[in-house]
Amino acid sequence: MTSIGTGYDLSVSTYSPDGRVFQVEYAQKAVDNSGTAIGLRVKDGVVLAVEKIKHSRLLVPNSNKRIMTAGTHIGVASAGWMSDTRHLVKRARDEARHYNSTYKSPIPANIIAERMGMYVQAYTLYSAVRPFGVSTLLATMDADGPQLYMIEPSGQYMGYHGCAVGKGKQAAKTEIEKLDLSTMSVRDAVKEAARIIYSVHDSSKDKLFELELSWVCGESGGIHTHVPQDLFNEAVEYAENADASDDEDDEMDDDE
Amino acid sequence: MSKLKPGEISMGTTIMAVEFDGGVVLGADSRTSSGPYIVNRVTDKLTMVNENIYCCRSGSAADTQAVADIVRYQLDQYTAQHGEPPTVKVAASLFQEICYQNRSQLMAGIIIAGWDKREGGSVYDIPLGGSLHREPFSLGGSGSTYVYGYCDKTFRRGMSKEECIEFVKNTVSLAMTRDGSSGGVVRLAVITKDGVERHIIPGNQLPEQYTG
Repeated sequence: MTSIGTGYDLSVSTYSPDGRVFQVEYAQKAVDNSGTAIGLRVKDGVVLAVEKIKHSRLLVPNSNKRIMTAGTHIGVASAGWMSDTRHLVKRARDEARHYNSTYKSPIPANIIAERMGMYVQAYTLYSAVRPFGVSTLLATMDADGPQLYMIEPSGQYMGYHGCAVGKGKQAAKTEIEKLDLSTMSVRDAVKEAARIIYSVHDSSKDKLFELELSWVCGESGGIHTHVPQDLFNEAVEYAENADASDDEDDEMDDDE
Repeated sequence: MSKLKPGEISMGTTIMAVEFDGGVVLGADSRTSSGPYIVNRVTDKLTMVNENIYCCRSGSAADTQAVADIVRYQLDQYTAQHGEPPTVKVAASLFQEICYQNRSQLMAGIIIAGWDKREGGSVYDIPLGGSLHREPFSLGGSGSTYVYGYCDKTFRRGMSKEECIEFVKNTVSLAMTRDGSSGGVVRLAVITKDGVERHIIPGNQLPEQYTG
């Protein structure tokens, strides 16, 4: 993605001669520089996991969460600019609340994904705004069960069994594809998600990181919340052991 | 609370709906009056708002028709956006939103009943102030006051479809004989997953009862 069409990458309201909108692709770049975020949709729930890279030892542990809740049954994890994420989460909360007040029922996954997709897409149309520098993972439980959607800076949104965004997305996707998501339990998915985040973390580039894990499932009462501390510890232990035995086997080079 | 405006047409009414396993039965009389004058003796107060959802209207004819029209439009939009028909609860909450927000201007008592794939048959009641109640059966209109006792004594949970039809038919016809603003024929709608059946019981074929 070099600037072949020089001058065509300055505005979202101008296409390049070969039909691309470079500003949207640059927004995607901002996402690719972020710590990895993954989502796993399994038979009885959805798990979100994030590799929160810490720029400083002075940051308070467990603060500055990168996984947020947009409605009781909706979890949001994202990769990219956190400030943009907070704006989108506010929008998602407004949509969820408005839907609930008119229909007195929780907003279904496909509807919130569509509305968020429409909102993000609107920022790829006007020269006065820049596209959102985030890819958002939406994890929900609705009347049809667990659902996972991803919304990209272009406004494209799709439903997934598993997805990954950020620095380690290629390696993470390879790992996710090896899992049998349709039969896996949500508790196992939490552990696998932790393992994947640990395995894609590149400690030579980013020394400090914090793992964040959340879920929506029957066990959580259909509510999105960070996983309980004991399960979190169990998952971290599982991830560290798997990571250690991985290092003995081979030195996996991770890619960009 | 608002009163009828001069010349406004009211449905001094008897309406009701009962839930059974797999559906609902709705019933209504057919009298629409303006003061002592009967404007229409064969009115249909059971109004469709979506495929398997009906409402029973009581109060001002104009108000309830307008509200039902708006809700029908909103439910059509809902169906298009969601790719599936709404639940009865969704329909009821749309009615409530309008009835509550305009409570100072409206005279509308509405019962919403229907079938959806999540809850099966369900009945919701929105009385004058715009509150929303789910009930196993519900009564409304001026005629209802005469038959609450009969209903409380007769209603049982878990009645069959046929028993519910009899219950509604008897209740509405009892109310029609005592309430001066209810009368005409008994109209019924039975809603199940297979769709809607409509019945009419003419005034001379109502169930036998004491008439003085």
